[in-house]
Amino acid sequence: MSLLELSGINTYYGLIHILQDVNIEVGEGELVALLGGNASGKSTTLKTILGIVRPKTGTVRFAGEDVTNRKTSHRIGRGMAIVPENRRLFGPMTVLENLEMGAYLNREGKGRKEDFDRVYTLFPRVHERRSQLAGTLSGGEQQMVAMGRALMARPKLLLMDEPSMGLAPVLVERSFEIIKQVHEAGVAMLVVEQNANVSLSIADRGYVLQTGRIVLADKASALLENEGLRKAYLGR
Amino acid sequence: MDDRTGDSAFEQAVPGAGTTAAPRIGKDEWVASVGGRRAGRGGPLGAIEQRLRRVPWWAWLALFVALAALLPVGFESGYVRRIAFDTVIYMLLALGLNVVVGWGGLLDLGYVAFFGVGAYSYAVVSSDKFDLHLPALLSIPLACVVGGLVGLLVGLPSRRLVGDYLAIVTLFFFQIFLTVSNNSDNIGGRDLAGGPNGLINIDPLGLFGRELRVSTDGIFNVAYLYVALVFFALVYLALRFANESRTGRAWRSLREDPLAAEMMGMPVSRLKLMAFAFGAAVAALTGTFVTALNASVFPQTFEFPLLITLYTMVILGGAGSQAGVVIGAVAISVLLEVLREPGDARYLFYAVVLLGIVAAMRLSTRLAVVLGGTLALGFVAHAVAGRVDEDWTAGAGTGGGGLAAWAADWVIVPERLAGWIAPVSYIALIAAVLALTLASGWTRLALLVPTLYLAAFVWENVMLVKPEPTRFVILGAMLVAVMVARPEGILGEKRVEII
Ligand SMILES: Nc1ncnc2c1ncn2[C@@H]1O[C@H](COP(=O)(O)OP(=O)(O)O)[C@@H](O)[C@H]1O
Ligand SMILES: [Mg+2]
Repeated sequence: MSLLELSGINTYYGLIHILQDVNIEVGEGELVALLGGNASGKSTTLKTILGIVRPKTGTVRFAGEDVTNRKTSHRIGRGMAIVPENRRLFGPMTVLENLEMGAYLNREGKGRKEDFDRVYTLFPRVHERRSQLAGTLSGGEQQMVAMGRALMARPKLLLMDEPSMGLAPVLVERSFEIIKQVHEAGVAMLVVEQNANVSLSIADRGYVLQTGRIVLADKASALLENEGLRKAYLGR
Repeated sequence: MDDRTGDSAFEQAVPGAGTTAAPRIGKDEWVASVGGRRAGRGGPLGAIEQRLRRVPWWAWLALFVALAALLPVGFESGYVRRIAFDTVIYMLLALGLNVVVGWGGLLDLGYVAFFGVGAYSYAVVSSDKFDLHLPALLSIPLACVVGGLVGLLVGLPSRRLVGDYLAIVTLFFFQIFLTVSNNSDNIGGRDLAGGPNGLINIDPLGLFGRELRVSTDGIFNVAYLYVALVFFALVYLALRFANESRTGRAWRSLREDPLAAEMMGMPVSRLKLMAFAFGAAVAALTGTFVTALNASVFPQTFEFPLLITLYTMVILGGAGSQAGVVIGAVAISVLLEVLREPGDARYLFYAVVLLGIVAAMRLSTRLAVVLGGTLALGFVAHAVAGRVDEDWTAGAGTGGGGLAAWAADWVIVPERLAGWIAPVSYIALIAAVLALTLASGWTRLALLVPTLYLAAFVWENVMLVKPEPTRFVILGAMLVAVMVARPEGILGEKRVEII
């Protein structure tokens, strides 16, 4: 049974029909890439999964529960977490406080120390900078803090919106190494990307979104070989 | 701070990128050293600053409360004590408004109405109106709860509303409060709260059956100052703990980025409502003291100027900083009081102008030129005007004080001012100040001299004569000056933008 299941999703912004009959599945412990160009509806898909926007029709199932009409906080509580587009750290708060905000729903703070340790082991740099204001970090460091913040919620499913955006090429590679590492620790992931090459190289499966429709869905290795996708995204 | 550059991955990938040999580019370098730069200032001043910074917040609070509590020892007059009490009331109101505006980031234009709700709640259960005379131990918490609940009610429909919408809804609520309280003598044919005549003969505060007399022989009872101070300290502490808690941090993140906060699973609407209700409860609490001390409550107390005054305090002190808004409250409260008395206001005016010029020019030749020039211009103008027509300089300065006679010898103060002079000189002054901001170099200096004299003329002939609007004009001017010089307020946090 899959961890996340979108079926027949239609999402609107006002009168504009954005997502059209979208079906996406992410299995337990799976790493799925969602590819698409600018304004193809990738972020809207993630917002629909989180419940920040509600679909007009269709259902969102997560961990065996229909969460279509549930609040965002409920879904986060059930085990979703996100690294948003452009990271959206809380600039005037310290790195440490940002991490704490990720664990907001862990009310009693049970196992908080282990959560911090896990993040710090993964990102020694974040530990070094823990008392610095998040807004004064470099782009690469911000990406690490954003991932750490999401991991503080102990997610079953980690959603990532364009993790490579705004990073130098070396940092993109490093970023994806970390994503792979987190995935190998057993966290299922839905990674939204424009950078098809890098994301497919670590993904199990992939979907391609075009103006709000899923136009391709296959194994990552098969997508890498796909002629149409090559022309559109891989540029060769 | 260390002077490491950029990301370690970057350094590994590009050998030499982190060493001094290669040019160091990018914002990381700057970011890494920003802490060191901020510590900045050296010398004895810097040392004192460092030392002061290390004093814990509770020590400041204790010192502040102790000083305020000692005030009645130094000042016998009931007037000063009453002003001190009013200032503590402003401090409480500013603390509450800070929760809504500074922490919740919500533009609440109905805040003063919650103050009124608290005041009326106390009045209704502590007077002959309904023959209820609840003890203060009951009526004060009751008023707080009512205030908080009304806050929830007003907040509920505006849960989804943000920014402008919330402002409109709360403004609407304020208007409803004013309408209802003004017509409360005839609600469905019944007199509930006296309408424009308010409620009178309200019980003073009391503890275990002993009444706290409002005054003895017409002198303000200091006990009320102490009660207000105790509650101020309690509210300050309670709010401080709330702000340090998980909820407080959630408020901050909500203010910074509501969408990101929602994505972290925070119950956005509930958090906003909480800030709203907290603020309302503090305002209501404050309302009870004022009503008990005045032994009366009138709708006129809860008008717009009070709202503007409170916002000025919060903005001036720095929204979000508790200590800041308290300082703002004290400064504005004292300022408004000083400006009420023309003799005192005059000292303040000339001192501020003088300090402002000295701060801008330091001790330089230009300073001497400007001051000498302005003085000379004044005496010449005064002499010429007196020669032309004796009446032109026959006026005596408004109000008393040592400076009044001097000012009347220097500034042209006519016996009777022709009606058109006031608005014309006022507008000319504003135009001159605007021209000053455009001019530079010697033109500016030359323009500064007549502008200063014109300012003195307007001050003596127009503003001092009408103290009521003048107080608020000065308030507005201060607000503009602060917004230009220090947008985050006295103790506010500078915003950190993520780019
Ligand atoms: N809040 C919004 N209101 C209206 N239209 C929106 C909103 N957010 C996104 N859109 C539109 O929806 C489309 C898909 O956007 P998005 O999902 O952000 O694309 P992507 O993340 O793939 O770049 C775009 O055409 C965008 O302009
Ligand atoms: Mg996007």
